[in-house]
Amino acid sequence: MEWEIVIGLEVHVQLSTKSKLFSGASTRFGAPPNTQACAIDLAMPGTLPVPNEEAFRYATMFGLAMNAEIGRRSVFERKNYFYPDLPKGYQTTQLAEPIVGSGEIEIHLEDGSSKKVRLHHAHLEEDAGKSLHEAVFESGHGMSGIDLNRAGTPLIEIVSEPDMRSAAEAVAYLKKIHSIVTYLGISDGDMSQGSLRCDANVSVRLKGEQKLGTRTELKNINSFRFVERAIKVEAERQIDILEDGGSIVQETRLYDSDKNETRSMRSKEVANDYRYFPCPDLLPVILDDDYVEQLRSALPELPDAKAARFQSDYKLSAYDADLLTQERASADFFETVAKQSGEPKLAANWIGGELAALLNREELSIGESPVSAEQLAGLIARVVDNTISSKIAKQVFEAMAMGEGDADQVIEKRGLKQVSDTGSIEKMVDEVIAASGAQVENYRNADESKRPKMMGYFVGQIMKASKGQANPQMINKILKEKLDALL
Amino acid sequence: MAVDSQTVEKLAELARIAISAETIDEVSNRLGDVLQLVDQLQAVHTEGVAPMAHPLDEVQVLRADQVTEADRREEFLQLAPQSEAGLYLVPKVID
Repeated sequence: MEWEIVIGLEVHVQLSTKSKLFSGASTRFGAPPNTQACAIDLAMPGTLPVPNEEAFRYATMFGLAMNAEIGRRSVFERKNYFYPDLPKGYQTTQLAEPIVGSGEIEIHLEDGSSKKVRLHHAHLEEDAGKSLHEAVFESGHGMSGIDLNRAGTPLIEIVSEPDMRSAAEAVAYLKKIHSIVTYLGISDGDMSQGSLRCDANVSVRLKGEQKLGTRTELKNINSFRFVERAIKVEAERQIDILEDGGSIVQETRLYDSDKNETRSMRSKEVANDYRYFPCPDLLPVILDDDYVEQLRSALPELPDAKAARFQSDYKLSAYDADLLTQERASADFFETVAKQSGEPKLAANWIGGELAALLNREELSIGESPVSAEQLAGLIARVVDNTISSKIAKQVFEAMAMGEGDADQVIEKRGLKQVSDTGSIEKMVDEVIAASGAQVENYRNADESKRPKMMGYFVGQIMKASKGQANPQMINKILKEKLDALL
Repeated sequence: MAVDSQTVEKLAELARIAISAETIDEVSNRLGDVLQLVDQLQAVHTEGVAPMAHPLDEVQVLRADQVTEADRREEFLQLAPQSEAGLYLVPKVID
Protein backbone atom coordinates (compact mmCIF):
# COMPACT_ATOMS: atom_id res chain seq x y z
CA MET A 1 0.00 0.00 0.00
CA GLU A 2 1.27 3.44 -0.84
CA TRP A 3 0.41 6.19 1.64
CA GLU A 4 0.26 9.90 1.14
CA ILE A 5 0.97 12.33 3.98
CA VAL A 6 -1.19 15.47 4.17
CA ILE A 7 0.09 18.40 6.20
CA GLY A 8 -1.24 21.82 7.10
CA LEU A 9 0.77 24.20 9.28
CA GLU A 10 -0.22 26.83 11.81
CA VAL A 11 2.70 29.16 12.30
CA HIS A 12 2.82 31.72 15.12
CA VAL A 13 5.09 34.67 14.47
CA GLN A 14 5.90 37.18 17.21
CA LEU A 15 5.86 40.69 15.78
CA SER A 16 8.83 42.81 16.75
CA THR A 17 6.86 45.77 18.03
CA LYS A 18 8.30 47.69 20.99
CA SER A 19 5.11 47.42 23.04
CA LYS A 20 2.36 44.86 23.39
CA LEU A 21 -0.71 44.37 21.22
CA PHE A 22 -3.11 45.99 23.68
CA SER A 23 -0.92 47.73 26.25
CA GLY A 24 2.13 49.98 26.51
CA ALA A 25 4.23 47.33 28.32
CA SER A 26 7.56 46.43 26.75
CA THR A 27 7.97 43.24 24.70
CA ARG A 28 11.75 43.00 25.17
CA PHE A 29 12.92 39.38 25.46
CA GLY A 30 14.81 38.13 28.50
CA ALA A 31 13.66 40.68 31.14
CA PRO A 32 13.30 39.48 34.77
CA PRO A 33 9.91 37.75 35.23
CA ASN A 34 6.77 39.90 35.44
CA THR A 35 8.63 43.21 35.11
CA GLN A 36 6.93 43.78 31.74
CA ALA A 37 3.40 42.75 32.69
CA CYS A 38 1.21 45.79 33.30
CA ALA A 39 -2.32 46.10 34.68
CA ILE A 40 -3.87 45.47 31.23
CA ASP A 41 -1.75 42.34 30.66
CA LEU A 42 -2.72 41.10 34.13
CA ALA A 43 -6.45 41.66 33.42
CA MET A 44 -6.90 44.00 36.36
CA PRO A 45 -10.53 45.13 36.73
CA GLY A 46 -11.30 48.40 34.99
CA THR A 47 -8.56 48.20 32.37
CA LEU A 48 -9.30 48.56 28.68
CA PRO A 49 -7.19 47.35 25.74
CA VAL A 50 -6.07 49.77 23.01
CA PRO A 51 -4.61 48.12 19.89
CA ASN A 52 -1.08 48.88 18.69
CA GLU A 53 -1.02 50.48 15.20
CA GLU A 54 2.39 48.97 14.40
CA ALA A 55 1.00 45.45 14.83
CA PHE A 56 -1.61 46.27 12.14
CA ARG A 57 1.04 47.70 9.87
CA TYR A 58 3.19 44.56 10.22
CA ALA A 59 0.26 42.18 9.72
CA THR A 60 -0.80 44.11 6.60
CA MET A 61 2.74 43.98 5.20
CA PHE A 62 2.75 40.23 5.77
CA GLY A 63 -0.57 39.81 3.99
CA LEU A 64 0.67 41.83 1.01
CA ALA A 65 3.85 39.73 0.83
CA MET A 66 1.71 36.56 0.76
CA ASN A 67 -0.36 37.94 -2.14
CA ALA A 68 -3.34 37.76 0.19
CA GLU A 69 -6.48 39.82 0.56
CA ILE A 70 -6.26 42.38 3.35
CA GLY A 71 -9.24 42.58 5.69
CA ARG A 72 -10.28 46.25 5.42
CA ARG A 73 -12.40 45.61 8.48
CA SER A 74 -11.09 43.29 11.15
CA VAL A 75 -12.75 42.30 14.37
CA PHE A 76 -11.29 40.95 17.61
CA GLU A 77 -13.01 38.08 19.35
CA ARG A 78 -12.58 36.35 22.67
CA LYS A 79 -11.43 32.75 22.67
CA ASN A 80 -12.41 31.45 26.08
CA TYR A 81 -10.37 28.89 28.00
CA PHE A 82 -8.77 28.64 31.40
CA TYR A 83 -5.06 28.32 31.89
CA PRO A 84 -2.88 30.05 34.49
CA ASP A 85 -0.74 31.81 31.88
CA LEU A 86 -3.86 33.54 30.46
CA PRO A 87 -5.00 36.00 33.16
CA LYS A 88 -8.17 37.19 31.42
CA GLY A 89 -9.59 33.70 30.95
CA TYR A 90 -9.77 34.40 27.21
CA GLN A 91 -7.32 35.16 24.43
CA THR A 92 -8.10 38.20 22.32
CA THR A 93 -7.83 36.96 18.75
CA GLN A 94 -9.61 37.15 15.41
CA LEU A 95 -11.87 34.56 13.81
CA ALA A 96 -14.63 35.55 11.42
CA GLU A 97 -12.99 38.76 10.15
CA PRO A 98 -9.20 38.36 10.26
CA ILE A 99 -6.75 40.96 8.99
CA VAL A 100 -5.30 38.67 6.28
CA GLY A 101 -7.51 36.55 4.03
CA SER A 102 -6.62 33.78 1.62
CA GLY A 103 -3.37 33.95 -0.35
CA GLU A 104 -0.68 31.81 -1.91
CA ILE A 105 3.10 31.38 -1.82
CA GLU A 106 5.60 29.37 -3.77
CA ILE A 107 7.97 27.07 -1.92
CA HIS A 108 11.25 25.75 -3.29
CA LEU A 109 12.34 22.18 -2.66
CA GLU A 110 15.86 20.81 -2.51
CA ASP A 111 15.47 18.91 -5.81
CA GLY A 112 14.94 22.27 -7.53
CA SER A 113 11.20 21.92 -7.99
CA SER A 114 8.65 24.47 -6.80
CA LYS A 115 5.14 24.18 -5.50
CA LYS A 116 2.33 26.54 -4.54
CA VAL A 117 0.94 26.41 -1.01
CA ARG A 118 -2.33 28.17 -0.30
CA LEU A 119 -2.82 30.35 2.75
CA HIS A 120 -6.18 29.91 4.46
CA HIS A 121 -5.86 33.16 6.43
CA ALA A 122 -3.68 34.90 9.01
CA HIS A 123 -4.91 36.73 12.07
CA LEU A 124 -3.64 38.99 14.82
CA GLU A 125 -3.74 37.78 18.38
CA GLU A 126 -2.03 38.12 21.73
CA ASP A 127 0.50 35.66 23.11
CA ALA A 128 0.07 34.00 26.50
CA GLY A 129 2.51 34.06 29.43
CA LYS A 130 4.80 31.24 30.42
CA SER A 131 4.37 28.54 33.05
CA LEU A 132 7.54 27.31 34.70
CA HIS A 133 7.16 23.76 35.92
CA GLU A 134 10.79 22.98 36.57
CA ALA A 135 12.33 23.18 39.98
CA VAL A 136 12.90 26.95 39.84
CA PHE A 137 12.16 27.34 43.52
CA GLU A 138 14.36 26.63 46.49
CA SER A 139 11.53 25.37 48.66
CA GLY A 140 9.91 22.15 47.46
CA HIS A 141 6.30 23.34 47.43
CA GLY A 142 5.68 21.69 44.06
CA MET A 143 3.75 24.66 42.64
CA SER A 144 4.10 26.22 39.19
CA GLY A 145 5.44 29.72 38.63
CA ILE A 146 3.81 32.12 36.15
CA ASP A 147 5.75 34.76 34.22
CA LEU A 148 3.44 37.11 32.32
CA ASN A 149 6.08 39.16 30.49
CA ARG A 150 5.10 37.48 27.22
CA ALA A 151 1.34 37.87 27.84
CA GLY A 152 -0.04 40.29 25.27
CA THR A 153 2.91 40.20 22.85
CA PRO A 154 1.48 40.55 19.33
CA LEU A 155 1.41 37.44 17.17
CA ILE A 156 0.21 36.66 13.71
CA GLU A 157 -1.06 33.13 13.36
CA ILE A 158 -0.62 31.96 9.79
CA VAL A 159 -2.86 29.08 8.78
CA SER A 160 -2.08 27.16 5.61
CA GLU A 161 -4.38 24.91 3.62
CA PRO A 162 -3.52 21.19 3.90
CA ASP A 163 -1.38 21.48 0.76
CA MET A 164 1.90 19.89 1.84
CA ARG A 165 2.64 16.26 1.05
CA SER A 166 5.90 15.54 2.83
CA ALA A 167 7.92 16.64 5.84
CA ALA A 168 10.41 18.25 3.42
CA GLU A 169 7.62 20.39 1.90
CA ALA A 170 6.53 21.47 5.38
CA VAL A 171 10.10 22.52 6.19
CA ALA A 172 10.38 24.42 2.90
CA TYR A 173 7.11 26.23 3.66
CA LEU A 174 8.25 27.13 7.16
CA LYS A 175 11.57 28.40 5.82
CA LYS A 176 9.70 30.52 3.31
CA ILE A 177 7.54 32.07 6.04
CA HIS A 178 10.69 32.68 8.08
CA SER A 179 12.36 34.26 5.11
CA ILE A 180 9.39 36.56 4.34
CA VAL A 181 8.91 37.81 7.91
CA THR A 182 12.61 38.53 8.36
CA TYR A 183 12.85 40.26 4.95
CA LEU A 184 9.91 42.43 5.94
CA GLY A 185 11.60 43.10 9.28
CA ILE A 186 8.35 42.39 11.13
CA SER A 187 9.85 39.64 13.31
CA ASP A 188 13.33 38.49 14.29
CA GLY A 189 12.19 34.94 13.42
CA ASP A 190 14.35 33.48 16.19
CA MET A 191 12.93 30.00 16.78
CA SER A 192 15.14 29.37 19.82
CA GLN A 193 13.49 32.32 21.59
CA GLY A 194 10.02 31.31 20.43
CA SER A 195 9.60 34.19 17.98
CA LEU A 196 8.46 31.65 15.38
CA ARG A 197 6.55 28.57 16.49
CA CYS A 198 4.81 25.88 14.54
CA ASP A 199 1.92 23.45 15.04
CA ALA A 200 1.38 20.81 12.36
CA ASN A 201 -1.87 19.11 11.37
CA VAL A 202 -0.90 15.70 10.03
CA SER A 203 -3.01 12.97 8.43
CA VAL A 204 -2.36 10.12 6.03
CA ARG A 205 -4.44 8.55 3.26
CA LEU A 206 -3.96 5.97 0.54
CA LYS A 207 -2.49 7.47 -2.59
CA GLY A 208 -5.29 8.44 -4.98
CA GLU A 209 -7.85 8.80 -2.20
CA GLN A 210 -9.64 12.18 -2.29
CA LYS A 211 -11.03 12.25 1.22
CA LEU A 212 -8.73 13.51 3.97
CA GLY A 213 -7.84 11.11 6.76
CA THR A 214 -8.38 11.87 10.45
CA ARG A 215 -5.74 14.36 11.55
CA THR A 216 -3.77 14.90 14.70
CA GLU A 217 -2.32 18.24 15.74
CA LEU A 218 1.34 18.32 16.74
CA LYS A 219 2.01 21.14 19.18
CA ASN A 220 4.95 23.47 19.64
CA ILE A 221 7.61 22.24 17.30
CA ASN A 222 10.42 24.71 17.81
CA SER A 223 13.08 24.10 15.16
CA PHE A 224 13.23 23.37 11.43
CA ARG A 225 14.81 20.00 12.16
CA PHE A 226 12.13 19.00 14.66
CA VAL A 227 9.36 19.92 12.21
CA GLU A 228 10.75 17.39 9.78
CA ARG A 229 11.30 14.69 12.39
CA ALA A 230 8.00 15.22 14.21
CA ILE A 231 5.96 14.95 11.00
CA LYS A 232 7.84 11.86 9.84
CA VAL A 233 7.47 10.02 13.12
CA GLU A 234 3.78 10.97 13.45
CA ALA A 235 2.99 9.85 9.88
CA GLU A 236 4.72 6.53 10.57
CA ARG A 237 2.69 6.09 13.73
CA GLN A 238 -0.56 6.71 11.86
CA ILE A 239 0.39 4.38 9.00
CA ASP A 240 1.27 1.60 11.46
CA ILE A 241 -2.12 1.94 13.18
CA LEU A 242 -4.04 1.94 9.88
CA GLU A 243 -2.12 -0.99 8.45
CA ASP A 244 -2.94 -2.94 11.60
CA GLY A 245 -6.62 -2.24 10.96
CA GLY A 246 -6.95 0.45 13.62
CA SER A 247 -8.23 4.01 13.34
CA ILE A 248 -6.75 7.41 14.17
CA VAL A 249 -8.11 9.45 17.04
CA GLN A 250 -8.39 13.17 16.39
CA GLU A 251 -6.34 14.72 19.20
CA THR A 252 -3.52 17.06 20.13
CA ARG A 253 -0.12 15.44 20.46
CA LEU A 254 3.16 16.70 21.78
CA TYR A 255 6.45 15.96 20.03
CA ASP A 256 9.18 14.75 22.38
CA SER A 257 12.48 15.48 20.65
CA ASP A 258 14.54 13.44 23.14
CA LYS A 259 12.59 10.26 22.47
CA ASN A 260 11.69 11.21 18.88
CA GLU A 261 8.05 10.28 19.39
CA THR A 262 4.70 11.99 19.70
CA ARG A 263 2.37 11.46 22.61
CA SER A 264 -1.18 12.39 23.46
CA MET A 265 -1.71 15.54 25.54
CA ARG A 266 -4.30 14.32 28.01
CA SER A 267 -5.11 17.79 29.35
CA LYS A 268 -6.46 18.77 25.96
CA GLU A 269 -8.69 15.71 25.70
CA VAL A 270 -11.87 17.59 26.55
CA ALA A 271 -13.15 18.60 23.14
CA ASN A 272 -12.20 22.21 22.44
CA ASP A 273 -15.11 24.53 22.94
CA TYR A 274 -13.80 28.05 22.96
CA ARG A 275 -17.17 29.83 22.81
CA TYR A 276 -15.84 32.66 20.65
CA PHE A 277 -17.71 35.95 20.60
CA PRO A 278 -16.78 39.47 19.43
CA CYS A 279 -14.80 41.33 22.09
CA PRO A 280 -17.05 44.09 23.49
CA ASP A 281 -13.98 46.07 24.61
CA LEU A 282 -12.74 46.57 21.06
CA LEU A 283 -14.35 48.15 18.03
CA PRO A 284 -13.82 46.98 14.45
CA VAL A 285 -10.52 48.19 12.99
CA ILE A 286 -10.88 49.74 9.54
CA LEU A 287 -7.97 50.03 7.11
CA ASP A 288 -8.57 52.16 4.05
CA ASP A 289 -7.27 51.64 0.52
CA ASP A 290 -4.74 54.47 0.77
CA TYR A 291 -3.19 52.88 3.83
CA VAL A 292 -2.92 49.46 2.19
CA GLU A 293 -1.61 50.81 -1.12
CA GLN A 294 0.98 52.92 0.64
CA LEU A 295 2.28 49.84 2.44
CA ARG A 296 2.22 47.83 -0.78
CA SER A 297 4.40 50.35 -2.57
CA ALA A 298 6.84 50.47 0.36
CA LEU A 299 7.37 46.68 0.55
CA PRO A 300 11.04 45.69 0.32
CA GLU A 301 12.26 43.34 -2.38
CA LEU A 302 11.16 39.85 -1.29
CA PRO A 303 13.12 36.58 -1.55
CA ASP A 304 11.58 35.32 -4.84
CA ALA A 305 12.03 38.66 -6.62
CA LYS A 306 15.57 38.93 -5.32
CA ALA A 307 16.41 35.39 -6.46
CA ALA A 308 15.08 36.16 -9.94
CA ARG A 309 17.11 39.37 -10.06
CA PHE A 310 20.27 37.57 -8.90
CA GLN A 311 19.80 35.10 -11.75
CA SER A 312 19.40 37.78 -14.37
CA ASP A 313 21.80 40.46 -13.04
CA TYR A 314 24.56 38.23 -11.78
CA LYS A 315 24.02 35.14 -13.95
CA LEU A 316 23.74 32.91 -10.91
CA SER A 317 22.23 29.43 -11.14
CA ALA A 318 18.72 29.02 -9.74
CA TYR A 319 20.23 26.94 -6.94
CA ASP A 320 22.81 29.56 -5.91
CA ALA A 321 20.25 32.35 -6.18
CA ASP A 322 17.79 30.49 -3.97
CA LEU A 323 20.39 29.64 -1.38
CA LEU A 324 21.72 33.19 -1.20
CA THR A 325 18.31 34.83 -0.91
CA GLN A 326 16.82 32.65 1.83
CA GLU A 327 18.15 35.08 4.39
CA ARG A 328 18.16 38.80 3.80
CA ALA A 329 21.53 39.09 5.56
CA SER A 330 23.22 36.61 3.20
CA ALA A 331 21.63 38.25 0.15
CA ASP A 332 22.96 41.64 1.26
CA PHE A 333 26.38 40.14 2.00
CA PHE A 334 26.52 38.54 -1.44
CA GLU A 335 25.45 41.69 -3.21
CA THR A 336 28.15 43.74 -1.51
CA VAL A 337 30.86 41.19 -2.39
CA ALA A 338 29.59 40.84 -5.97
CA LYS A 339 29.47 44.59 -6.59
CA GLN A 340 32.81 45.40 -4.98
CA SER A 341 34.72 42.53 -6.56
CA GLY A 342 32.87 42.58 -9.89
CA GLU A 343 32.92 38.76 -9.75
CA PRO A 344 29.44 37.49 -8.79
CA LYS A 345 30.13 33.84 -9.57
CA LEU A 346 33.29 33.80 -7.45
CA ALA A 347 31.44 35.68 -4.72
CA ALA A 348 28.69 33.03 -4.69
CA ASN A 349 31.29 30.23 -4.60
CA TRP A 350 33.20 31.77 -1.71
CA ILE A 351 30.05 32.47 0.32
CA GLY A 352 28.63 28.99 -0.31
CA GLY A 353 32.03 27.35 0.25
CA GLU A 354 34.71 28.71 2.55
CA LEU A 355 32.51 31.26 4.33
CA ALA A 356 29.63 28.82 4.94
CA ALA A 357 32.12 26.26 6.30
CA LEU A 358 33.67 28.85 8.60
CA LEU A 359 30.31 30.06 9.92
CA ASN A 360 29.14 26.48 10.45
CA ARG A 361 32.29 25.59 12.31
CA GLU A 362 32.09 28.65 14.55
CA GLU A 363 28.29 28.46 14.85
CA LEU A 364 27.85 32.04 13.70
CA SER A 365 25.20 33.71 11.59
CA ILE A 366 26.29 35.59 8.50
CA GLY A 367 25.62 38.85 10.37
CA GLU A 368 28.33 37.83 12.84
CA SER A 369 30.84 36.76 10.18
CA PRO A 370 34.45 37.49 11.22
CA VAL A 371 35.24 38.19 7.55
CA SER A 372 33.26 41.18 6.29
CA ALA A 373 31.77 41.44 2.80
CA GLU A 374 34.29 44.18 1.98
CA GLN A 375 37.18 41.97 3.08
CA LEU A 376 35.96 39.04 1.01
CA ALA A 377 35.58 41.29 -2.02
CA GLY A 378 39.17 42.47 -1.49
CA LEU A 379 40.39 38.88 -1.40
CA ILE A 380 38.54 37.95 -4.59
CA ALA A 381 40.03 40.98 -6.33
CA ARG A 382 43.54 39.68 -5.52
CA VAL A 383 42.74 36.28 -7.01
CA VAL A 384 41.36 37.88 -10.15
CA ASP A 385 44.36 40.14 -10.66
CA ASN A 386 46.69 37.17 -10.12
CA THR A 387 48.34 38.57 -7.00
CA ILE A 388 47.61 35.22 -5.35
CA SER A 389 46.42 31.81 -6.57
CA SER A 390 43.06 30.47 -5.45
CA LYS A 391 44.90 27.95 -3.29
CA ILE A 392 46.80 30.65 -1.42
CA ALA A 393 43.54 32.61 -1.22
CA LYS A 394 42.14 29.97 1.13
CA GLN A 395 45.11 30.50 3.41
CA VAL A 396 44.56 34.27 3.32
CA PHE A 397 40.88 33.73 4.06
CA GLU A 398 41.68 31.70 7.18
CA ALA A 399 44.07 34.42 8.31
CA MET A 400 41.38 37.09 7.79
CA ALA A 401 38.99 34.93 9.84
CA MET A 402 41.57 34.95 12.64
CA GLY A 403 41.53 38.72 12.57
CA GLU A 404 44.85 39.32 10.83
CA GLY A 405 43.41 42.18 8.80
CA ASP A 406 42.23 42.44 5.23
CA ALA A 407 43.58 40.52 2.25
CA ASP A 408 46.33 42.98 1.26
CA GLN A 409 47.63 43.14 4.82
CA VAL A 410 47.74 39.35 5.16
CA ILE A 411 49.42 38.89 1.78
CA GLU A 412 52.00 41.51 2.66
CA LYS A 413 52.65 40.35 6.20
CA ARG A 414 52.91 36.66 5.31
CA GLY A 415 54.76 37.24 2.05
CA LEU A 416 52.19 35.34 0.01
CA LYS A 417 52.32 37.40 -3.15
CA GLN A 418 52.21 35.19 -6.20
CA VAL A 419 55.49 34.97 -8.10
CA SER A 420 54.71 36.05 -11.63
CA ASP A 421 57.97 37.35 -12.91
CA THR A 422 59.32 35.23 -15.75
CA GLY A 423 62.92 35.24 -14.53
CA SER A 424 62.37 33.63 -11.14
CA ILE A 425 59.88 31.10 -12.48
CA GLU A 426 62.32 30.11 -15.23
CA LYS A 427 64.97 29.66 -12.59
CA MET A 428 62.77 27.34 -10.53
CA VAL A 429 61.79 25.36 -13.62
CA ASP A 430 65.45 24.93 -14.60
CA GLU A 431 66.36 23.73 -11.11
CA VAL A 432 63.59 21.16 -10.98
CA ILE A 433 64.40 19.86 -14.48
CA ALA A 434 68.07 19.55 -13.56
CA ALA A 435 67.24 17.62 -10.37
CA SER A 436 64.79 15.24 -12.08
CA GLY A 437 66.89 13.34 -14.60
CA ALA A 438 64.88 10.14 -14.55
CA GLN A 439 61.52 11.91 -14.91
CA VAL A 440 62.84 14.00 -17.79
CA GLU A 441 64.03 10.83 -19.51
CA ASN A 442 60.61 9.22 -19.08
CA TYR A 443 58.95 12.33 -20.46
CA ARG A 444 61.11 12.30 -23.55
CA ASN A 445 60.43 8.65 -24.24
CA ALA A 446 56.71 8.82 -23.57
CA ASP A 447 54.03 8.90 -26.20
CA GLU A 448 52.95 12.48 -26.97
CA SER A 449 49.40 11.86 -25.72
CA LYS A 450 50.75 10.84 -22.29
CA ARG A 451 53.03 13.84 -21.84
CA PRO A 452 50.51 16.43 -20.57
CA LYS A 453 49.68 14.11 -17.66
CA MET A 454 53.36 13.57 -16.87
CA MET A 455 53.88 17.33 -16.47
CA GLY A 456 51.99 17.12 -13.19
CA TYR A 457 55.06 15.82 -11.40
CA PHE A 458 57.19 18.82 -12.44
CA VAL A 459 54.44 21.32 -11.64
CA GLY A 460 54.11 19.80 -8.17
CA GLN A 461 57.85 20.10 -7.53
CA ILE A 462 57.97 23.71 -8.71
CA MET A 463 54.93 24.64 -6.62
CA LYS A 464 56.60 23.06 -3.62
CA ALA A 465 59.80 24.98 -4.28
CA SER A 466 57.82 28.24 -4.50
CA LYS A 467 55.75 27.41 -1.37
CA GLY A 468 52.66 27.49 -3.56
CA GLN A 469 53.26 31.05 -4.63
CA ALA A 470 54.29 30.63 -8.25
CA ASN A 471 51.67 31.57 -10.82
CA PRO A 472 50.38 28.19 -12.05
CA GLN A 473 49.52 29.37 -15.59
CA MET A 474 53.06 30.68 -16.02
CA ILE A 475 54.63 27.50 -14.64
CA ASN A 476 52.67 25.43 -17.13
CA LYS A 477 53.66 27.62 -20.04
CA ILE A 478 57.39 27.90 -19.23
CA LEU A 479 57.70 24.26 -18.18
CA LYS A 480 56.16 23.03 -21.42
CA GLU A 481 58.48 25.18 -23.50
CA LYS A 482 61.54 23.99 -21.60
CA LEU A 483 60.60 20.30 -21.63
CA ASP A 484 59.66 20.36 -25.30
CA ALA A 485 63.02 22.00 -26.06
CA LEU A 486 64.69 18.85 -24.72
CA LEU A 487 62.85 16.51 -27.07
CA MET B 1 -37.74 24.66 27.18
CA ALA B 2 -35.25 23.36 29.75
CA VAL B 3 -31.60 22.72 28.94
CA ASP B 4 -30.71 19.10 29.75
CA SER B 5 -28.58 18.49 32.80
CA GLN B 6 -25.63 17.11 30.82
CA THR B 7 -25.34 20.38 28.91
CA VAL B 8 -25.47 22.33 32.16
CA GLU B 9 -22.66 20.21 33.60
CA LYS B 10 -20.52 20.69 30.50
CA LEU B 11 -21.04 24.46 30.49
CA ALA B 12 -20.23 24.60 34.20
CA GLU B 13 -16.97 22.76 33.57
CA LEU B 14 -16.00 25.03 30.66
CA ALA B 15 -16.73 28.12 32.77
CA ARG B 16 -15.07 26.63 35.88
CA ILE B 17 -18.24 27.19 37.93
CA ALA B 18 -19.22 24.72 40.63
CA ILE B 19 -22.90 23.80 40.42
CA SER B 20 -24.24 21.44 43.05
CA ALA B 21 -26.46 18.52 42.06
CA GLU B 22 -29.49 20.10 43.85
CA THR B 23 -29.31 23.31 41.81
CA ILE B 24 -28.88 21.71 38.37
CA ASP B 25 -32.64 21.60 37.73
CA GLU B 26 -33.09 25.22 38.64
CA VAL B 27 -30.13 26.31 36.52
CA SER B 28 -31.35 24.32 33.54
CA ASN B 29 -34.80 25.95 33.80
CA ARG B 30 -33.33 29.43 34.02
CA LEU B 31 -31.00 28.83 31.10
CA GLY B 32 -34.01 27.48 29.24
CA ASP B 33 -35.79 30.81 29.78
CA VAL B 34 -32.82 32.65 28.32
CA LEU B 35 -32.84 30.34 25.31
CA GLN B 36 -36.52 31.07 24.78
CA LEU B 37 -35.60 34.69 24.42
CA VAL B 38 -32.92 33.66 21.91
CA ASP B 39 -35.54 31.66 20.00
CA GLN B 40 -37.61 34.80 19.65
CA LEU B 41 -34.58 36.60 18.24
CA GLN B 42 -33.85 33.66 15.89
CA ALA B 43 -37.32 34.04 14.44
CA VAL B 44 -36.47 37.51 13.14
CA HIS B 45 -35.73 37.58 9.43
CA THR B 46 -32.01 38.57 9.17
CA GLU B 47 -31.14 37.53 5.63
CA GLY B 48 -28.68 40.03 4.18
CA VAL B 49 -27.99 41.69 7.52
CA ALA B 50 -24.27 41.70 8.41
CA PRO B 51 -23.44 40.32 11.88
CA MET B 52 -22.88 43.15 14.35
CA ALA B 53 -19.46 43.23 16.00
CA HIS B 54 -20.30 46.08 18.34
CA PRO B 55 -23.42 48.02 19.29
CA LEU B 56 -21.67 51.35 18.66
CA ASP B 57 -21.26 52.36 15.07
CA GLU B 58 -17.72 53.55 15.71
CA VAL B 59 -14.28 52.61 14.51
CA GLN B 60 -11.42 51.54 16.78
CA VAL B 61 -8.70 54.09 17.47
CA LEU B 62 -5.17 52.68 17.49
CA ARG B 63 -2.28 53.76 19.69
CA ALA B 64 1.33 54.46 18.68
CA ASP B 65 3.85 51.70 19.35
CA GLN B 66 5.52 53.13 22.45
CA VAL B 67 6.44 51.68 25.81
CA THR B 68 4.41 53.72 28.30
CA GLU B 69 4.10 51.30 31.21
CA ALA B 70 6.63 51.26 34.05
CA ASP B 71 7.56 48.15 36.02
CA ARG B 72 5.10 47.78 38.91
CA ARG B 73 5.87 44.14 39.64
CA GLU B 74 6.19 44.42 43.41
CA GLU B 75 2.81 46.15 43.73
CA PHE B 76 1.09 43.55 41.56
CA LEU B 77 2.76 40.58 43.27
CA GLN B 78 1.35 41.87 46.59
CA LEU B 79 -2.14 41.22 45.23
CA ALA B 80 -1.49 37.55 44.52
CA PRO B 81 -2.17 34.86 47.15
CA GLN B 82 1.35 33.49 46.67
CA SER B 83 4.46 34.55 44.81
CA GLU B 84 8.15 33.69 44.80
CA ALA B 85 11.21 34.80 42.86
CA GLY B 86 9.12 37.35 40.97
CA LEU B 87 6.69 34.66 39.79
CA TYR B 88 3.01 34.19 40.57
CA LEU B 89 2.51 30.79 42.19
CA VAL B 90 -0.35 28.54 41.11
CA PRO B 91 -1.19 24.89 41.73
CA LYS B 92 1.02 22.69 39.55
CA VAL B 93 0.05 22.74 35.86
CA ILE B 94 1.23 19.86 33.72
CA ASP B 95 0.52 18.87 30.15
